Amino acid sequence: MYTETQVIRNNTKVTVDGALDGTGEMVINVGPQHPATHGVLHLVITLNGETIQKIEPHLGYIHRSIEKMSESLSYRQFIYVTSRMDYLSSHINNHACAMTVEKGLQLEVPPRAQVIRVLMDELTRVASHELWWGAMAMDLGAFTPFFYAFREREAISDIMEETCGARLTMNYMVPGGVMADLHPNFQRRVKDFIKLFKAKIHEYDELVTGNIIFQNRMKGVGVLSAEDAVSFGCTGPVARASGVKSDIRKLYPYEIYDKLEFDEVTETAGDSFARYMVRMGEMHQSIRIIEQLIDNIPEGDFQAKTKAVLKLPKGEFYTRVETARGELGVYIVSEGGTTPYRIKYRSPGFSNLSALDHMARGSKLGDLMATMGTLDLVIPDIDR
Amino acid sequence: MFSLEGLTNSLQQWLNAHLNPTWVLVVESLIVILLAIALFAVLGLVLVLMERKVAAHMQIRLGPNRVGPQGIFQTSADTLKLIMKEGLTPDGSDKFLFNLAPFIVMIVAMLLLAPIPFARNFQIWDINIGVLFVSAVSSISVIGVLMAGWSSNNKYSLLGAMRSGAQIVSYELSAGLSIISIVVLTGSLRLSEIVASQQDGWWLFKGHIPAIIAFVIFIIAVTAETNRAPFDMAEAESELTAGFHTEYSGMKFALFFLAEYINIFIVCSVGATLFLGGWMPLHIGNWEGFNHIMDYIPSSIWFFGKVFFLIFLIMWFRWTFPRLRIDQLLNLEWKYLLPISMLNLLLITLMAIMGWHF
Amino acid sequence: MRTEAFKEYISSILPTASYDESGEWLNVLVTPADWRNLAEKLRHSEHKFDYLFCLTCVDWKTHLTMVYHLSSTDHRETIVIKSNLDRNNPEIETVSDIWRTAEFHEREVYELFGVKFLNHPDLRRLILTDDFEGFPLRKDFEDPVNMIKL
Repeated sequence: MYTETQVIRNNTKVTVDGALDGTGEMVINVGPQHPATHGVLHLVITLNGETIQKIEPHLGYIHRSIEKMSESLSYRQFIYVTSRMDYLSSHINNHACAMTVEKGLQLEVPPRAQVIRVLMDELTRVASHELWWGAMAMDLGAFTPFFYAFREREAISDIMEETCGARLTMNYMVPGGVMADLHPNFQRRVKDFIKLFKAKIHEYDELVTGNIIFQNRMKGVGVLSAEDAVSFGCTGPVARASGVKSDIRKLYPYEIYDKLEFDEVTETAGDSFARYMVRMGEMHQSIRIIEQLIDNIPEGDFQAKTKAVLKLPKGEFYTRVETARGELGVYIVSEGGTTPYRIKYRSPGFSNLSALDHMARGSKLGDLMATMGTLDLVIPDIDR
Repeated sequence: MFSLEGLTNSLQQWLNAHLNPTWVLVVESLIVILLAIALFAVLGLVLVLMERKVAAHMQIRLGPNRVGPQGIFQTSADTLKLIMKEGLTPDGSDKFLFNLAPFIVMIVAMLLLAPIPFARNFQIWDINIGVLFVSAVSSISVIGVLMAGWSSNNKYSLLGAMRSGAQIVSYELSAGLSIISIVVLTGSLRLSEIVASQQDGWWLFKGHIPAIIAFVIFIIAVTAETNRAPFDMAEAESELTAGFHTEYSGMKFALFFLAEYINIFIVCSVGATLFLGGWMPLHIGNWEGFNHIMDYIPSSIWFFGKVFFLIFLIMWFRWTFPRLRIDQLLNLEWKYLLPISMLNLLLITLMAIMGWHF
Repeated sequence: MRTEAFKEYISSILPTASYDESGEWLNVLVTPADWRNLAEKLRHSEHKFDYLFCLTCVDWKTHLTMVYHLSSTDHRETIVIKSNLDRNNPEIETVSDIWRTAEFHEREVYELFGVKFLNHPDLRRLILTDDFEGFPLRKDFEDPVNMIKL
């Protein structure tokens, strides 16, 4: 366990109350149990009055060592563990792992499976952003949006439940395609959802986006410049809000993304409001992708023929996909066996979190919640 | 027709007939104390339930609906649970102040009930400086909050208490200036006279736009004074977990919780009395017929109707707006509300001198 | 192609570097001592590798290999730099001042593999408790309590 004295560099003494001797500064622990951290993130914050001097994240409260675990799981099994990393985009995690294995096996995925995968990815992205929207508003003290967000998210969860059998950790993607065919209701339910989404999305803007208090809380808060965003390895909406083009779906298209029409939403301000607007825009783009695909799901196999036991050739395989939070990289080092020799998950949350200290320094404690809320941290994704 | 006035008068006569004057005073005090405590308990339960129901319906859900019909016993069950719980006192805390704080907050809330006219001639204490009494006593509650925050020996509590101190002291000014503007119009600090002056129309309507401005500022300021969202900096759940009452549990927490709701009731009743005519029915100038019909509705219903409308308004704020940041909160007060209300007070004074109001 | 240009450029700085193009991207193997110099050049040269998107380590039982995946927001090409470290005393210069994301990633590698990053500004444990013994992601690590061996 860490002790408070270790937290402070340059040997400043910490009193029993956690105040730094002689500086008038105060050390407070936000987390591991705290309403705004959405999980077991532990931030040690040095405060001067209400102003943040320094933030030190302490991780590991939910570290399950998925990387080590995967080393003893076969290429079919390890995918299921990854649903538990970023549980809000579990489809996309599974997708990344399945694609890495396919890259190693040089396996061609049937067109139907590709379309289903993209559909599921985008539905997950919308669901994830919905949850983020509600949770972020709750961080800022508005409770009502949470329930509005869940109304739409529930519809997506129901669709997932029908087809994948699960609502959160779907485990639907397997090497070579998807585990089962779509439920007969799928297309109808998705179309219903799109109708619901389009009918209700204006409420989001009315309730939160246009609110003057909300805008004052968000604008100019937690600014991240484009260079810093790249240097900190920020990806996803966080980087795009700073004007860095980082959408893997555009830069390194996988599956059928290169054939789809959608825009990469970018802002230039780099503040919390820009991140907010990027995510709101992404929801619309995801709906646009779903609309293009939902009537054009090709017939055919949903899974390629694969051997019962998968063996990757000796070598290194790296795949990157765009999750709801940014770039997820799966790096497999294979020795030719049935289990990976080493797996590294490059999780978007970990890099985004590393920029938190830089973004929040000098701002008020209340601003930290806005910054953290728009970073959209999912703690199991950071801890893996 | 039913009236609370008749009830109190007959009680007074009955007591005077049977006891000597000293004992009449003692018995009456006891009755008032009992009634105040009962009102407290009932109001607490009703307001908490109301809050939960209002919140639920704004959040497209149903709210409590399992305990009793429509969930009306939910808050009673919650209170029972809180009574059963252990009232923890943290080890490093200042035990005396820690245990004193909830009572201070509670006693302040109780004291504030005294000058409020609940219905026609139904008032505990018609003090001649009623308005002053209300604004003076209500600022004592900040001491309770500061005490709680300081004595908890918890950094979240301390931050919450400091925020609360800055906030309540600041917003007291605007609230005070808004109240004074009505005092200027009526020329009296006695609440019963303020109500009586609204015989021919409420000040909100009689005082033109300046009165409306004063009313709006008053509502904003009291929302802040009672630490309600969007000004709930002192509790700021997502920042400070629970702010100044982080360390409180059981009944001590319940007292804070209850006091918050009682304070809302009180500030809303002050608002209703000053701006919306208190128990005075809706009268329009000299429309005799209309005024007469309105008089048929009992004055207590008018009073509680107005108060609950204002409470609903404040709850509506809470479940709609995100929270402000502490510096924005203070900016709002010192840079906008205070200058506006000062100017507004001047306008109202001018209006009162020239007799431009209705 | 770009790859050839990168190769040429790296050769001009480090004649000793060896290359492996069997995989998806150009792999460059450098010695730990050369890495810091190369990193600075790569970051600030005209190739502008400003985006370090993956930093990790692999335990090969005989030695540890640091793996750096570098990319650029300009040309979007990727190269992989590897460096073999002595397993008993793994030490390499930090790059956390060149790519700031490395600060956290190096701390993670430090505690999971035991690699010491020289001149790292704040090389403390990030995930594990302070009294934890051993390096969990090394191949010889056995946890009798929590790890289920398959």
